[in-house]
Amino acid sequence: MENALFYFFSGAMLFFGLMTITSRNPVNSAMFLVLVFFFMAGLFVLLHAFFLAAVQVLVYAGAIMVLFLFVIMLLNAADEEKRRRHWLGVIASAVVVGLLVFEFGFVLWSGNLDTVLPSLDAVGQTEAVGRLLFSSYLLPFEIVSVLLLAAMIGVIILGGKEKKA
Amino acid sequence: MIPLEHYVLVSAGLFILGIAGVILRRNALIIYMSLEMILNASNLAMVAFSRYHGNLDGQIFVFFTIAVAAAEVAVGLAIIAALFRVKQTVRVSDLSALKL
Repeated sequence: MENALFYFFSGAMLFFGLMTITSRNPVNSAMFLVLVFFFMAGLFVLLHAFFLAAVQVLVYAGAIMVLFLFVIMLLNAADEEKRRRHWLGVIASAVVVGLLVFEFGFVLWSGNLDTVLPSLDAVGQTEAVGRLLFSSYLLPFEIVSVLLLAAMIGVIILGGKEKKA
Repeated sequence: MIPLEHYVLVSAGLFILGIAGVILRRNALIIYMSLEMILNASNLAMVAFSRYHGNLDGQIFVFFTIAVAAAEVAVGLAIIAALFRVKQTVRVSDLSALKL
């Protein structure tokens, strides 16, 4: 059961990832990306990271993708330009993808990953994440809140320019 | 039980798809979506290693990655919208000049 779910989630995720980067319409790309995030949340559940699965759905599939769709609609950029093949880009991406496939394949094939699955009780894991977050990682947590505030101020400054012009 | 290699393989596949999207596409918004896919691929690798090593630090790190990605998307999309107001396009091949 777990195996079947894993292969379904990962296969569907990779398929919709491919659809995201090949789809002509940016709105379709955004919708396929939402599906990628949902299947990623499924993989997180299979890895017993329930808190992260919830955060993935809420933040990525909810907030970030709504922001993407909002900007796509705002810019009215839904009609993609006519498909002009830029061969330099195709060749460059083929070279980079080939190198990456070779590198990842080499590492995975030669590396010896420790695959002994430690048993942890799934019930208390979110609690353990919370305890860790608010004890050892308290300072990074606070810094992230400052980062979000800085991003918010930056967006307001960037987005509020048009009244002057 | 699924071997750890399979999770890392899926993560590498999603990472490669994201890289290909960044290089191949000319639409700044789709390049941004590909960047999100790259971040998600690294998140999957970190959660998988965290699970298989019995160490929760990886999940904490993924939490921070998601927060930083949210901030990054907000700022990046604001920059794209500001650029669009000036140049009326989101194609990166038309946005090649440093001067507006």
